[in-house]
Parts: sequence; C-alpha cells; structure tokens
Amino acid sequence: MSDTFKIGKREFKSRLMVGTGKYPSNEIMKIALEASGAEVVTVAVRRVNLDRSSESMLDHIDKKYTLLPNTAGCYTAEDAIRTARLAREALDTEFVKLEVLGDEKTLFPDNEALLEAAKVLVKEGFTVLPYTNDDPIMAKKLEDIGCAAVMPLAAPIGSGLGIRNPHNIRIILETIKVPIIVDAGVGTASDAAIAMELGCHGILMNTGIAGAKDPVKMARAMNLAVEAGRLAYLSGRIPKKLYATASSPLSGIIE
Amino acid sequence: MKIRVNGIEREIEAGTTVESLLNMLEIKVQGIAVDINREIVPKRLFSETILNEGDSIEIVRMVGGG
Repeated sequence: MSDTFKIGKREFKSRLMVGTGKYPSNEIMKIALEASGAEVVTVAVRRVNLDRSSESMLDHIDKKYTLLPNTAGCYTAEDAIRTARLAREALDTEFVKLEVLGDEKTLFPDNEALLEAAKVLVKEGFTVLPYTNDDPIMAKKLEDIGCAAVMPLAAPIGSGLGIRNPHNIRIILETIKVPIIVDAGVGTASDAAIAMELGCHGILMNTGIAGAKDPVKMARAMNLAVEAGRLAYLSGRIPKKLYATASSPLSGIIE
Repeated sequence: MKIRVNGIEREIEAGTTVESLLNMLEIKVQGIAVDINREIVPKRLFSETILNEGDSIEIVRMVGGG
C-alpha cells in the first residue's frame, strides 16, 4: 500500500525532509542525504562570494531531490518576501520554507510578521511552508490564508530537545487539514518517532543529523524512526493502562 | 560611475547591464538570482537591464541550510 502525502501540487513518499547546513563536508552531506531517504532538502539563500569563484553547493546535491529554499536569517516580513522571490528566481521553484524570526537567542518565529509575509507570498503563487510555533491558533491562521503545510517547531532550532509540547501538536493535527511537518528541535531517533506517532505528516530536520558524530548513521536512524513512527501511527496503538493484562492464556495452567 | 554589489562599492562604466556585470565578475547565471535596490530582476531581463549610478545590487545563490 502506498502511503504518500501531498504538499501543494507535489506528492512525496518520504516523510523525512532534511537540511543541508552544518555537515562536516559536502561528501558526508551527500551520503547522509542518501541514507536519510529524503526527497525534499532545504537550502538557504546567501550572497555570492565575489572574491573567489567558489563552486556551487548545488553541485553536491543530486538532481533527484526537490529543493526547498528557506528564508532563514530574515527578521522582517519584507526581508523574507524578498529572499523568497530571489530563491524562486534562482531555483525556478514555487516552494518556500518561510521563516521570519523574532529573536536571535531563541530563533522563535515572529508570528505576526510570518502571517504578513505568508499572505503576500501565497498571493504571488508560492507554495508556502511556514515555520511556526506549536500554536494551534497560529496554525489555523496560516492554513486559512492558503499555506500548503504548517511546520510547527518541536523545540528551538538546533536545540535537540525533542517534542516539547506533544499535546499542542495533537491539537494542531485535529485543527487543520494541510500537512503538519514538525520542524526544528528533533535531537534523536525517538524524537522523530514520537512526532510521527502523534500523526504528523512529516519531519524536517538539519542539526539532528548534521551535528551528530556520525551524520550518515544518524540519517539512517532518522529514516527508520520516521518510517517506524508512521507505521505505528497507522497501526493504532493499544491504550495505555496502569495495570497488567496477561498475554499468555490464563486457562490450562499446570497445577 | 559607482554602484554597490553585495555591499561592496564598485566602479563601472555607464551602460553596464546586469549580464555584463555578471560576466565581469565571472559569475554563471545558473542557480543565481539578482535584485537591484531590493527589486528582483528576472533572468530574461539580465541582458537589457542597465545599471544606474548608486544602484545597490545583490547577487545570491544557494548554500547549505536547514
């Protein structure tokens, strides 16, 4: 049985999306991306270095991946919109992971500016995937204005703290219909599995893989965890109970 | 005349287009984007967009990120 999901007009099999920042080398990144099984990889927009004709990092990313440019580092709606337009022009894609940050220390989103930027970009035909708080009200607003997915954080970017508020994520899942991709804060495989067991449609991570001592092994671990979590979600887990229920028959016990 | 490219001041000849600036800087068009004074310049207009005195040009490409 195929278990795919759609973002905008594109359909994906892998529910793990992976960032391309902070790997020890391009070669390790390349192998880690492969091990992750990801179909979507994120990239950032930065100035061309005029002092040296450096090779493009895109040379290290296989053409099979769907590139998801982000607006990382933008602190105003205006800058995020501008960055999204540049990314669209550079990559010829309508996909954008929209980030509008509110604070350098927490890298939490500025939701007011995020909503403003998302409105403009949706009108301009972008497929907008906004990075937001684990706030159901905000998620609903982002869906209402036409975002193709909503990406609530599990915990602060790069923190590795895991799903800080699974209950909010559950409420978001019950509130909106567009895919929910948990973005940021996933530290290890169990964090990813938990997000998927909650019913999230996917996970986007970067540091959790790139910052591990062995990024390739962690990429594989995340790949398996996302799949395991998804299968567990689809299977319908048993209810939690305080006391035991024997799993072997109670009749026919020897005396 | 003076322009700014990625925050650095440069001297160029009058009539320089975006395309000729990129050639001068040895930057391939593939995978980049340009805006002038915060307005995007589509690739198809690179050859006909002439730079003006005081213009601020940003040339960007993709880098690793999450």
